[in-house]
Amino acid sequence: MTSSNNFQWRRDRDGLGVWEHRGKVAVVGYGHSPVDRRWDETKLDESLGAYTIMACEKAMEQAGVTIDQVDGIVCCDSHIAGGSGGTASQWAPRPYFDPPYDSEYGLTLINAQWLINTMGFNNVKFAPTGVPTIGEMVGMASQAVGDGVCSTCLVIYPTGNLEGRYRRGGENAEDYARGARQWTVPWGNHGGNDFINIFPHRQYLQKYGGEHDDLFHFVTNQHKNGMLTPWGYNATHNVQPISEEDYRGSRHILRPLRIWDCDRPVNASAAYLFTTAERAQDLKSQPVYVLNHSQHNFRFRTTQPDLDEVEMWTDQQAARMYEGAGLGPADVDIFNPYDGYSIMTQFFLEGFQWHGVKRGEALPFYAGDISVKGPHPFSSSGGNLGNGRTRTAMYTDSIEQLRGTAGDRQVTVRAETALCAFTTPSSGGWLMLGKYPS
Amino acid sequence: MPKVIPVPDELSQPFWQAVSEQRLVLQNCTACNKLQYPPQAACQVCGSADYLEWKEVEGKGHIATYIVIEDGRLNRRMLDQPYNLALVTLDLDPTVNFYSNLPGVPAYEVPVGAAVEVTFEEVAPGQLIHEWRVVE
Ligand SMILES: [Zn+2]
Repeated sequence: MTSSNNFQWRRDRDGLGVWEHRGKVAVVGYGHSPVDRRWDETKLDESLGAYTIMACEKAMEQAGVTIDQVDGIVCCDSHIAGGSGGTASQWAPRPYFDPPYDSEYGLTLINAQWLINTMGFNNVKFAPTGVPTIGEMVGMASQAVGDGVCSTCLVIYPTGNLEGRYRRGGENAEDYARGARQWTVPWGNHGGNDFINIFPHRQYLQKYGGEHDDLFHFVTNQHKNGMLTPWGYNATHNVQPISEEDYRGSRHILRPLRIWDCDRPVNASAAYLFTTAERAQDLKSQPVYVLNHSQHNFRFRTTQPDLDEVEMWTDQQAARMYEGAGLGPADVDIFNPYDGYSIMTQFFLEGFQWHGVKRGEALPFYAGDISVKGPHPFSSSGGNLGNGRTRTAMYTDSIEQLRGTAGDRQVTVRAETALCAFTTPSSGGWLMLGKYPS
Repeated sequence: MPKVIPVPDELSQPFWQAVSEQRLVLQNCTACNKLQYPPQAACQVCGSADYLEWKEVEGKGHIATYIVIEDGRLNRRMLDQPYNLALVTLDLDPTVNFYSNLPGVPAYEVPVGAAVEVTFEEVAPGQLIHEWRVVE
């Protein structure tokens, strides 16, 4: 029933023109599990499997779609939200339980086959393995539905987190550095998007001026937006938004990177339901339409990407996305870029020139009115800084803003198009959504 | 605490061998006249492996920027914290860069823009890694 990922779905090159399925694919439902800080490794009703089932049921219920109508499942099947690997010290192996919790699947990993078996999907014809992160999954599902590979497709993104200090085990506890790590780890770079982005970020400050701590405007606004996102970690755990003083007084991780520049790992799952625009008309939810999806995976030319490379890459991402959507910067109403480290978000804002922000102008822009009720409701989702590291807030907020169901977070400006992503400057993908199909 | 020890593989063996002899050698594509580091299976410009050679280069560079690792994840470096991690560009080709802990420079006191030269540091008996020190 599961098939390998063998169809050419990526839109990861320049000059591809307007997407051939523009407006013909729709998102018709989403569902979130509770967002916990960690799983305690004993409560099965709070496991990643239980949470994923809950998320799928909510997404299907929202649209009025039943188990037998789902014919596609795109589920990220790797540790801790994707390919970055799980090295928390208390990961597997562990004591297992009765089926369906008799292996790692259902506990800290989810794949399509486990879901098919456990939830009883009986008409699935598209269930690829080796699925990438959500930044690309939404594009994969959009293309599959557009191409007719499947017609009603669940996209599932589980993000696990266990006890113990994050990623302190595994390779990071070893005395030797192998493979790509031989070029970074001997000098203290354990790898990850904090290191990848902090150097271009410092070069950014050197080139354009401003202080790192000027990011407090953005970070505190993310916290405020997070409190307006009812399902997120912050809102459900009453994590009060931090103040400028809290930010400036917080500890450094990779100075100047502070703890509040990093998102909080969580244990949660989310699901989205994609179908054809035609079929969406018969469902009970309000559809939002996919206007384009695009991906990128740029190769580092040397040890460490620098500011020039990061600006070139984000310019290229913007050009691809705008071309495929047939839209330009002035057409984008809602903008939810990735903020998993606060230090990379300005590269996206300036690359996509949202609200006219050009290179070097992000910090003054952040210092203006970026509140959701103001004229520049930047990152209205609150992102990962405001909701925990689910990597899904950007998508859910975009859908809600276009539907007009974002509640206290609903923007006061026009909300007919939304651009959202889980991506880093070098790799990931973007999704353009529209309230209308054209 | 000691640094984490790199483990050479087939591709990187000539590089690390030269480093242990206190020489800096980089891949150079003679067709493109382009240096590359870390080593790759093919030239990143022309995509061919046919013109790649190892070339000894002058170990002179400049500090582009730096950070200070205060709360990293590497078990072996915990007691070193806080320590500098600088980005050093090679003078011969500034699109080639290296990391450095800048031996001799106190944490937080990194002279951005300063000239540096390559130096070598023992991480295991007989095994060196390349480091960079500020030129006085
Ligand atoms: Zn070449």
